[in-house]
Amino acid sequence: MTDTTEKAAEQITTKIWREEAEPDNPFVAAKSYCAGFDVYGDLLGKISLVEYLWLLFKLEPPSTSQTRMLEGLAVALANPGPRDHSVRGAMNAGVGGSTRASALIAAISVGAGNLGGAREVFTAMQYWQQCGLNLESWIDIIHNPPHEERTDVWPEMEHTPGFDPNGASCPTPVKQLLDHLVGIGHSEALVWLQTHRPTLEQNTGSPLAFSGVAAATLFALGFEPEQAEILFLLLRLPGAAAHAIEQEKMGWSRYPFFSDGLTLTNDPGPVTHND
Amino acid sequence: MTKKIINIESGPERLKSFEDNWQTEMGAWFPGERVVLRGKDVFTELSQCSWMEYFIYGLTGKTSTKLARLVEGIWLISTSFPDPRLWNNRVAALAGTCRSTGVLATAAGVGVSEATIYGLKPIKGSIDFLYRATKKLEEGKPLEKIIRNELKTYRTVYGYGRPLTSADERVKPLMDFADSIGMGDGPYTKLAFEIEKWFKASRLKYQINIAAVAAGLLADCGVLPEEEYYYATLSFVGGIYPCYIDSLDKPEGAFMPLNTKRIRYVGTNETRSWGSKQ
Repeated sequence: MTDTTEKAAEQITTKIWREEAEPDNPFVAAKSYCAGFDVYGDLLGKISLVEYLWLLFKLEPPSTSQTRMLEGLAVALANPGPRDHSVRGAMNAGVGGSTRASALIAAISVGAGNLGGAREVFTAMQYWQQCGLNLESWIDIIHNPPHEERTDVWPEMEHTPGFDPNGASCPTPVKQLLDHLVGIGHSEALVWLQTHRPTLEQNTGSPLAFSGVAAATLFALGFEPEQAEILFLLLRLPGAAAHAIEQEKMGWSRYPFFSDGLTLTNDPGPVTHND
Repeated sequence: MTKKIINIESGPERLKSFEDNWQTEMGAWFPGERVVLRGKDVFTELSQCSWMEYFIYGLTGKTSTKLARLVEGIWLISTSFPDPRLWNNRVAALAGTCRSTGVLATAAGVGVSEATIYGLKPIKGSIDFLYRATKKLEEGKPLEKIIRNELKTYRTVYGYGRPLTSADERVKPLMDFADSIGMGDGPYTKLAFEIEKWFKASRLKYQINIAAVAAGLLADCGVLPEEEYYYATLSFVGGIYPCYIDSLDKPEGAFMPLNTKRIRYVGTNETRSWGSKQ
């Protein structure tokens, strides 16, 4: 291939990543730079996983409090526990002996939705962008949620994003997470949420949920809704992975099948065969 | 004994009423005995259906050989291109070249098919627009105003215009197929082409794409937007899987390899050191 044709070749355009090839193989990188940092020659050994995650999305290093906030959120989200819908998705793959990839696909697919999932975080982030720290705007949007005339592949929200429609009072861990995050940097948005949580809950009729704290935190950290959605998916995978592997070893017989849990209300009954 | 489901709008009481209590008309497996789908015994009442008829019955409860034939035709002509350059197919080809499994390749390809510039969003959006436009026409609004309002609100009208090329080569074959099964002249199909006429005469010059044609044909059968969305979910598999197999049959890593010069870096030019003043 000549230089002329190489220049004409289609390229991936990116602000994130630059590579220099090994002298003996143009298909392998000798050096990889992320936002100007030599990944294997400089970052390795210096950067934490959470800092690297920040760098990938933001292209600038985080401050100490930003790192601590993202790390706190990451720890809080890492394992929603084996009763969580997304983790149950992963465990269903495990007990059936499905591919491990399918366990994570199941966790991502289930955990992508409007109820406690990444889409809820995305929509809640849009609320934050629209309402900011204006309580009246929040109360208005809670009672008059936006409605698109055009249909979408996503089902419509059935509750205020960031709040749990099946909840009673705000769960202790949600409050603990919010307190922890407020304590790190006293971020304006999180302090506001902590202050006005009772009013918001009164108006939604539901308690604040992890998705709501996640959205507020990622808003406070300057992430876009799209980034928040995908980060939420990513950060919840460790627990799904661990529980899927554990249940794979346990097997299907030690996992709920809900044998007596289903009632067919229009059962035609056994069919008589005349053969 | 069936527990009563209390109509509770929210809160833990709602969850309590559903604990180990899934009441359904959709169907069930009676282990070692039989299977029921939407009130019908699968082995005796549905076993003679084509797979597509069974699929449509499961999704909507509708039984129609003609509708099943139409959906099959739409799938075959519209969404089964075995070209690995197409983005959803390419995912499967990449999975093949990396020696992943066929199911994972296909699942990923199906997931990616829920796209904005092609695939499921235009598919669902097109039929949704035809219904909304019809309702507004019935209310006396002129077509031009309806289209202009849609463009003003959403910048696009699903079903018109196309990435990479303006003409859609699938339109004529699909209309020929529809004609062969006695379809293609219903009001929604006509409306789909009326809208194209407006676009062609406008400065946008958009042509109708296959999503609007399929939408018209299916709307003429009474299919609702969410039903077409359900039908279309697996419609790309016929193109996705061959791309995986083709890639699997060739050397490992051989599918469209990229050397390091294929990255066009447009970020900061400085080389930075972590921990120093950045």
